[in-house]
Amino acid sequence: MNWPVALEKRSDPSPRLRYVLPAVAIGIGLLLGAMVLSFMGAHPGEAYQEMARGAFGSVYGLSETLVKATPLLLAGLGVGVAFRAGFWNIGAEGQLYMGAMAGTWMALTYPGLPAPLLQPLMIVTGCMAGAFWGLIPAVLRTRWCVNEIITTLMGNYIAILWVDFLVYGPWKDPRAFGFPFAPPLLQTARLPSMPGNRVHLGLLLGLLAATGLTMLLKHTRLGYEIRIIGLSPGAARYAGMNLTRTTLLVMALSGGLAALAGVCEVAGVQGQLKHGLSPGYGYTAIIVAWLARLDPWATIVVSVLLGGLLVGSDMLQIAMNLPVAVAYMLQGLILFSVLAVEFLVGYRLVWKDAR
Amino acid sequence: MELSLVPLLLEAAVRAGTPILLVALGELLAERAGILNLGVEGMMLVGALTGFIVSQQSGEPWIGVLAAAMAGVMLSCVHAFLSISLHANQVGSGLALTIFGTGLSGLLGKSFVGVPAKGFAPIAVPWLADVPLLGRMFFQHDPLVYVAYLLVPGLWVLLYRTRPGLKVRAVGEQPRSADALGISVVVVRYSCVLAGGSAAGLGGAYLSLAYTQMWVDNMTAGRGWIALAMVIFGGWNPVRTALGAYLFGGVQALQLRLQAIGVTVPTYLLMMTPYAFTILALIIASASRARGHVGTPTALGRAYIRGE
Repeated sequence: MNWPVALEKRSDPSPRLRYVLPAVAIGIGLLLGAMVLSFMGAHPGEAYQEMARGAFGSVYGLSETLVKATPLLLAGLGVGVAFRAGFWNIGAEGQLYMGAMAGTWMALTYPGLPAPLLQPLMIVTGCMAGAFWGLIPAVLRTRWCVNEIITTLMGNYIAILWVDFLVYGPWKDPRAFGFPFAPPLLQTARLPSMPGNRVHLGLLLGLLAATGLTMLLKHTRLGYEIRIIGLSPGAARYAGMNLTRTTLLVMALSGGLAALAGVCEVAGVQGQLKHGLSPGYGYTAIIVAWLARLDPWATIVVSVLLGGLLVGSDMLQIAMNLPVAVAYMLQGLILFSVLAVEFLVGYRLVWKDAR
Repeated sequence: MELSLVPLLLEAAVRAGTPILLVALGELLAERAGILNLGVEGMMLVGALTGFIVSQQSGEPWIGVLAAAMAGVMLSCVHAFLSISLHANQVGSGLALTIFGTGLSGLLGKSFVGVPAKGFAPIAVPWLADVPLLGRMFFQHDPLVYVAYLLVPGLWVLLYRTRPGLKVRAVGEQPRSADALGISVVVVRYSCVLAGGSAAGLGGAYLSLAYTQMWVDNMTAGRGWIALAMVIFGGWNPVRTALGAYLFGGVQALQLRLQAIGVTVPTYLLMMTPYAFTILALIIASASRARGHVGTPTALGRAYIRGE
């Protein structure tokens, strides 16, 4: 083709560009979203202003952004570590629900336990349930090469239906006026939160998890194996690494982290297990992990940004009567932009006659 | 269960299997060319909504179907551009498409929830519909069911008995050799992904214009993902994929029937069966493939970059 410009692969992809990439991608995604919104007859400038004001414009807004960033951070870390190991875990949503369910079971079964004992137990049971839910697709893949994308996704539907079964059936609170809610947790089961707002211990757990995960990936043998397996399973096998064992460990960890998000959402925010507990945190977590380039530290920043996006779209619903689906549309556009921008980071445009 | 229920159940199985089948055939074509499109769920949703809106406005379901297919093509263009031209990660691009399609359809469809629209009525196929039992089960359906019937052998012939089909398979197996032979990998891949997109839109329109004749937010309920599973279950073969889709339809129909007659199993547990069945089908297919029946296109999911 005789185009005046050509794409040339960069010999070393610019590291500086890598850092600004998420910001650029979010910008482009929002710009594309503005086009869709104006097509719908909504004023995009006004809408974005409303979102920004709602999410970051006040102390209350900021606290709500952190409340929504908490499950995104935990589940995003889980998704990220699985992706690192080359395991496409799309099942964070289901793992989150399993965690929420098991944590609630603990709280409802042993209501008499004191808080310092009950809460760790809830967290441990929740994480175990999520790890179990994450291990099923891992076992299926390592044993029979069953495609994990589909099994983890099917697991989401099954887990959500399982929770629905419980809250519409055996666990339904007779005093909930017919709403599909499990009985509210006692105060001893509620995670401590900041005075005056809903920011709870889960955020601290998320920050600890990010730190722990960074240490694991950078300074341990398992972390090294995870990175090698993700980059090149063939090389990992050649080097004598046990791929099955590592995959299982990673998925237990990944499912456990997503489940922790679920326990925290019940015990920190909602106070009870209910239908529609998560507005798709497990799916947004995929976007979070991708934008953060699977880096635990970056996941903290990105989860706050996307938490703000979720709070902002809630505001849109109130102020401009736009459905919450706006958030999903924007998330899809942002991920599209990331992928396109990633390409530009690896290449550069050169003028042909200049060479 | 009474014996007279069986034909009724099979009839329902065909209806429930058709949207899965339409979508799966399109995905099969794209995957045969080496492009994995995880965006089918999103394309299906946008297709369902587009078909519904256009049919509601025009009063003609066929125009709705056409519009739905076009919507699928437009969305698949994004995936094709990112994954083929920009060598983007196909899993990422597909997931983005599904998330985007879910959001877009929820956003644009808000004012159409609960609105009636003109859908398809069943048409009896002359002659065949009069065959005892079989006629009732297979030939008294809406026209899109027959479209799906025709697409199965059509796609098989295309893939295994024509030159374009050979090119598709070559591009999906050995893109470098295909390129060396003068086949344009880019053109073949774009064509297959776009055709797959139209099929996903069609499958969506089947849901909103034939299966239920209404628009409900998120009405696909994972059917796009199940279609992806059926492609694997069928070993990338149109005929076996069709068997899988109708088998799935059978499970779905049985589940709905059991709900209707009010068995003692709680509804939410019954509603899990299609998803559990899908996992089971994948295990069976994958476990048997591990014994030597390999069908995955070799270049599936990998970008083709000339000169690398």
